[in-house]
Amino acid sequence: MADTRRPLSPHLQIYKWQVQMVTSILHRATGIALAVGTLLVVWGLLSLAAGAAAFDQFKTCMGSPVGIILLVGWSWALFYHLCNGIRHLLQDTGAGYTIPQFVRSSWLSVIVSVVLVIVVWAWVLTAGGAA
Amino acid sequence: MSTNAKDLRNPLKRARGLGSAQSGVGHWWTQRVTAAALVLLGLWFVATVLSLLHADFATAKAMVTKPWNALLLILFVVTMFWHAVLGLQVVIEDYVHTRWKEVVLLVAIKFLAVLGALAGVLAVLRIALGV
Repeated sequence: MADTRRPLSPHLQIYKWQVQMVTSILHRATGIALAVGTLLVVWGLLSLAAGAAAFDQFKTCMGSPVGIILLVGWSWALFYHLCNGIRHLLQDTGAGYTIPQFVRSSWLSVIVSVVLVIVVWAWVLTAGGAA
Repeated sequence: MSTNAKDLRNPLKRARGLGSAQSGVGHWWTQRVTAAALVLLGLWFVATVLSLLHADFATAKAMVTKPWNALLLILFVVTMFWHAVLGLQVVIEDYVHTRWKEVVLLVAIKFLAVLGALAGVLAVLRIALGV
């Protein structure tokens, strides 16, 4: 039998952490989170179709502390997946594959997504709180 | 030997139909096309939701009733679930190594996505058509 003590792919534990790894992992993680978040979109639409009482209940849930924490998380996931998704679409054309460009665009995805989520929630808060 | 000099695959491999360029390319392209659509639809959706901040039931309902909004919402819901299924499929194929669990999950996400997409579309139609 082969010696299975050797590190097996993806052996993350022996790599030095780099931003490119983080952006790749985050893209999948946020993708999974957003797939769960689709249920929220459907819930909102169903409550709107069901009538005022159901919609108010939906708004109350979203405006609760837990709801807001989830919304902040989901909005960051959305912005991150959006920024990094655009980065991947550009890379699909063959652009930006030198190592410095790759590292720079990785940081750009992370930073722009954080800036966007801060801007949006700052706007929400100055407009008088969520929901 | 081969009619295509660039094809490095053994003809037997090709005949068995186990080479590439089957459904993989279609999956790849559909994921990219839905991604590009979601860049636009996602930004529109976020802007729309933000414009409905503090909106009461009647205002939110009036938004969905507008034909363009209803159309874009349906497009968003369908594209969102479509893209989610393609992404989750890849994640499941990569990480679930027990064949029966993999198949069960692949079928389950498709069932759930169709259910979610139809529920969302039906909700939009009920609101938009006032039924």
